[in-house]
Amino acid sequence: MTYTPHAPISVSGLNHWFGEGEARKQAIFDVNFEIEKGSLTVLMGPSGSGKTTLLTLMGCLRDVQKGQLALLGHELHSADETMKIMLRRRLGFIFQAHNLHESLTATQNVLMGLQVHQNGVKATVDGAQQEKAARHMLSILGLEDRSDYLPAHLSGGQKQRVAIARALVSSPDIIFADEPTAALDKDTGLTVVKLLKELGEKRGITTVMVTHDNRILQLADRILTMDEGHLIEEAVPA
Amino acid sequence: MTRFLTWVLGRLPIGWLQLTHNKGRFAAALAGVAFANVLVFVQLGMMGALTGSTLQPYELFDADILISASDAKSLTEGGNVARVHMLQALTVPEVASAAPVYIAKVDWRVQKDQIAGLQLVGLPIEAIDFMAPVLRPQFLQLALPDTALVDRKTRGGTEEFFNSLSPETPAVFEMNNRQIKLIGTLQIGAGFSADGNLVMSDQSVLRLSPSRSSGAPDHILLKVKEGTSIERAVELLKQVLPTDTLKIRSFAKAAADEQAYQTSEKPVGIIFGFGTIIGVLVGIVIVYQVLSTDVADHLKEYATFKAMGFSEGFFLSIIFEEAMVLAVLGFFPGVFAAMGIYKMLALKSGLPVGLTLARALIVFLGTLAACALSGTIATRRLAHADPADLF
Repeated sequence: MTYTPHAPISVSGLNHWFGEGEARKQAIFDVNFEIEKGSLTVLMGPSGSGKTTLLTLMGCLRDVQKGQLALLGHELHSADETMKIMLRRRLGFIFQAHNLHESLTATQNVLMGLQVHQNGVKATVDGAQQEKAARHMLSILGLEDRSDYLPAHLSGGQKQRVAIARALVSSPDIIFADEPTAALDKDTGLTVVKLLKELGEKRGITTVMVTHDNRILQLADRILTMDEGHLIEEAVPA
Repeated sequence: MTRFLTWVLGRLPIGWLQLTHNKGRFAAALAGVAFANVLVFVQLGMMGALTGSTLQPYELFDADILISASDAKSLTEGGNVARVHMLQALTVPEVASAAPVYIAKVDWRVQKDQIAGLQLVGLPIEAIDFMAPVLRPQFLQLALPDTALVDRKTRGGTEEFFNSLSPETPAVFEMNNRQIKLIGTLQIGAGFSADGNLVMSDQSVLRLSPSRSSGAPDHILLKVKEGTSIERAVELLKQVLPTDTLKIRSFAKAAADEQAYQTSEKPVGIIFGFGTIIGVLVGIVIVYQVLSTDVADHLKEYATFKAMGFSEGFFLSIIFEEAMVLAVLGFFPGVFAAMGIYKMLALKSGLPVGLTLARALIVFLGTLAACALSGTIATRRLAHADPADLF
């Protein structure tokens, strides 16, 4: 496969290990792939197959040890911490456990997705404008009547939708989602992913999603299957 | 408050929202900071009372220079000074006048079942210029033998009793087997070593203490001629007087020396000083516990923010925001509680315990600094917030 650093994500000869000395264990073996802009890519595989490790490497949350990984045109192997922080600001993360801040309302949680771009300085964009954008994103996800609720007063599906709003509000270039439907019932899970795909297409956002949920596969543009650290299959759903 | 802090910080006040999310824990944290403030205030209040009561006797006098025995560390501690040195001092052209001071301790049965230990101060009637101007009119009345002015702040005394005293209606008491007439009052205040003060003429003091000699006062007071530098006069006196047996200092320096001695060398001053340090340490530990627990409880949220691209500075600003909220909101209940305790202490002990603006400001700034220090230590736990662990 050709290594194209200008694709949103380009991986070539990627290897990764955990531990030191005799306890050192390889988790990723010579993985190569590219992900196109605006696509929804699903990463599949059994537990321990290396898909989460791959996700954290692509999300600049771990250091690249061997091989090449280019994210948004930047080679991560040589990127310093400041560059990685700048790159992370162009990404959106959706976690299995939503990880909303319990003391912030739904709107405030979404606002954090905008405030990260202030880089510690006073808002250049009017605070009221930011709040309006956050509320608008919540309304797109059907949460306009829950925007001032704390996470403790939201259902699992509502919390996950708030987490999606937080990831989408700043119009990131790439979204990394880890089992975003695991805590949701069948219908809610499908609705959430459909929303994610729809919003991604409208805004040209590339999405990489780890999931075990076969129902979601029909929505994917591409499926990458991992097993014991190897990329064993690349497929395009019919 | 959230809107105000958003305006001040230019971002969501995460620290404030985190602290106030759990109201019970927030109240306990504020109570902890307030408690530490009260500890510090009480210790500083007692320290202030110590220095205040140390300086009170100096306010009786109006002098420029004090000559004491070389071992004299306070007005009441140390040997006597030979009166002849007063005459030697007067040979220095810069010295205008001099007066001997006699200091003793007497017991006074202030009430039927209560004895007050008084500090007795005696000065020649003709040396009236050495008394503080406000006391001079009463001091003249002491020309009559065995008469005295009593401190109306003496512990155990009643307002009614002190109001009844006058040259025409004196109260007569037996002290050291002599009948002493209390013919009026003055206001000085009790201290840590005396329950009150008694002022007499030097002759009355000597009659009350037969073992004492008029040739050996406790100190010698000097006034310098108008326009003369006190420091210059002190230097000249040191050339005339034996500096190995005498301590020659400006009156202000003598007061400052005693203040330093009482607060840094006497056990009571050292105890209050340590008490203040312990109060500060308690405050630091309480705030550190609150902040580090808060960080530990929100590690997942902090890791999420790290994954989103928030920098270290953002996390530090949250911890410091929390520290400042605790410092400011914990200070006010602390200062109000301390004011109540001061009032009670002053009433019960007769000591000059009171809150000054300067002290309140110092404690407030100290609280901010202690909370900032606690915050700095607590931020070390942020290193445990690894966004890779979120997946």
